[in-house]
Amino acid sequence: MRYLTVDFGSTYTKLAAIDATEARVIGVASAFTTIATDVMVGFHAALNLLREHIGAFDYDELLCCSSAGGGLKMVALGLVPELTSKAAKMAAESAGAKVVRTYAYEISATEQAEIAAINPDIVLLCGGTDGGNKDVIVKNAALICKTPGDFSIIAAGNKSASRELEEIFKHSGKDCVITNNVMPAFGRLDTEPARNAIRDIFIERIIDAKGLAAVQRMTKHEIMPTPFAVLKGCELLSLGTDKTSGIGDFLAVDLGGATTDVYSMAKGAPSLSNVLVKGLPEPYAKRTVEGDLGMRYSAAFLLEEAGARNIADACGIAEDEIVAWVRKCVADPGTLAPQNSRERALDETLAGCAIEIAVGRHCGVLEQIYTPLGETYTLTGKDLSETPRVIGIGGVIQNSASPAKILRHAVFTVKNTGRMFPKAPAFLLDKRYIFSAMGLVGMIDPELALAIMKQEMHPLTEDEDGIEKPETVR
Amino acid sequence: MSRGGGMSTKTIVTGVIGADVHAVGNKILAFALEEAGFTVVNLGVMVSQEEFIAAAVETAADAIVVSSLYGHGEIDCQGMRAKCDEAGLKDIPLLVGGNIVVGKQEFGDVETRFKAMGFTRAYPPGTTVETAIADLDALLGA
Repeated sequence: MRYLTVDFGSTYTKLAAIDATEARVIGVASAFTTIATDVMVGFHAALNLLREHIGAFDYDELLCCSSAGGGLKMVALGLVPELTSKAAKMAAESAGAKVVRTYAYEISATEQAEIAAINPDIVLLCGGTDGGNKDVIVKNAALICKTPGDFSIIAAGNKSASRELEEIFKHSGKDCVITNNVMPAFGRLDTEPARNAIRDIFIERIIDAKGLAAVQRMTKHEIMPTPFAVLKGCELLSLGTDKTSGIGDFLAVDLGGATTDVYSMAKGAPSLSNVLVKGLPEPYAKRTVEGDLGMRYSAAFLLEEAGARNIADACGIAEDEIVAWVRKCVADPGTLAPQNSRERALDETLAGCAIEIAVGRHCGVLEQIYTPLGETYTLTGKDLSETPRVIGIGGVIQNSASPAKILRHAVFTVKNTGRMFPKAPAFLLDKRYIFSAMGLVGMIDPELALAIMKQEMHPLTEDEDGIEKPETVR
Repeated sequence: MSRGGGMSTKTIVTGVIGADVHAVGNKILAFALEEAGFTVVNLGVMVSQEEFIAAAVETAADAIVVSSLYGHGEIDCQGMRAKCDEAGLKDIPLLVGGNIVVGKQEFGDVETRFKAMGFTRAYPPGTTVETAIADLDALLGA
């Protein structure tokens, strides 16, 4: 059995050829994504490249995922920011979406206009526990239906509002689905039905809208959102299968041109005693995505967030040179920094900043509280301080001569006190960008995908950055 | 027995406010309220005003029952009514009980101070749960 996996990215179409009998990746190749014209052109270009590398190759199964055309763009609405708004965001991100904005309470006219300007693929509408508040979701549903844009609406809020919602949706002229509440009872999450609804819409409508209908006709397997496939791959690598154990807890960082995705596979329970856990329950397999942190399309936001001054201090390059480079990257996302150049050093510094900020947002927060009974702590989110591994995925990390140096930014420093970063992790590199491919293969043959992922994760050592190291994790 | 009759039961948000970690009374109170037919959202110990309010907004609660056992309730409860008003929980009944002030004080004065803070009811130590349930029934018209 031979598989061909295809990942249609915003910039590159990435192919991997897999031999199931030998349980190995035969080869990988990539070419520019040609979504604006015909996506098949980029696909065939990559396939020809692949055949140049590995010789004649025919496949039995074709498996595809896509984040082309800006990925799966969503906005999430809830009632209280730290409750249903957060739950809505978590549900969307775990389904592989990029949540551009999250809103709470009844949206304002400005916010409504902002949603129209974002032009999302899907709007996820939540709010109220079952039997709880229904005014806000009903009002927001009416406002969202009147918001211009060709988007689908998923309502996953208070079940008691479903009749009103049905009535509003019936005459809206938009594609609307009502599913189970993401937070049926206070503090209890049920994100699976919303996730499934998102995936169904992705398959039914968005594949077509993003010009991937021709691809879908070539395979009997459904095209998945890429981050969803990566999350599945991460889960498999961490937990293993019924027969084979996984590698256990880890944090993975995927640094792309437009976004930085962070995946944590860990319960995230407090590592210290005397800690009270606050906030919503956290899923074992968690994904967060930062749409404002990327190496190309969103580099300007990254620069703003990290501060040109800090970057200048870190890499010893003048501030105006940094600003000029970022401007160039945004204007032409195809810009590549040559090996051993100043630009490369700058890119790697930016990558480190993106990782630090993204991992900081992903990790839980430990707060110190002084009480009449002494000092105590609360934890909101996941405590990842004991997480033993950090895996690097994605272009800059992959192409760097010293990937461990970039990944070190995912580790706790005094500057980030209170953020539960991993303290002393080992670093691994997904050298050939295999996670999304293995997420896809894993849905058919998990044993095969697990075996290949274990081969493909290359340990990095601090001093030599181990990129050429042949040993693998078993 | 179901409060409020028919399909809709009354929802009560309860918890122990501030840095207070007295968990036992909280569990007993939540149990008793549930037994009495209320839908109870129990936030447990060390609950901030904001958490009470967020839970009440999301669950469309009918009343908030605040416990405080460690003597600092008077500080912890200040400004809670104003925050409820701000969050749109207009006129929501706020009940408080336990050891809500420092030391032994004349409870009439204590009650006056808590009512001035916007609390609907304030209970002295030793109040039975039945008293609070009877008051909730009266306040919520159950």
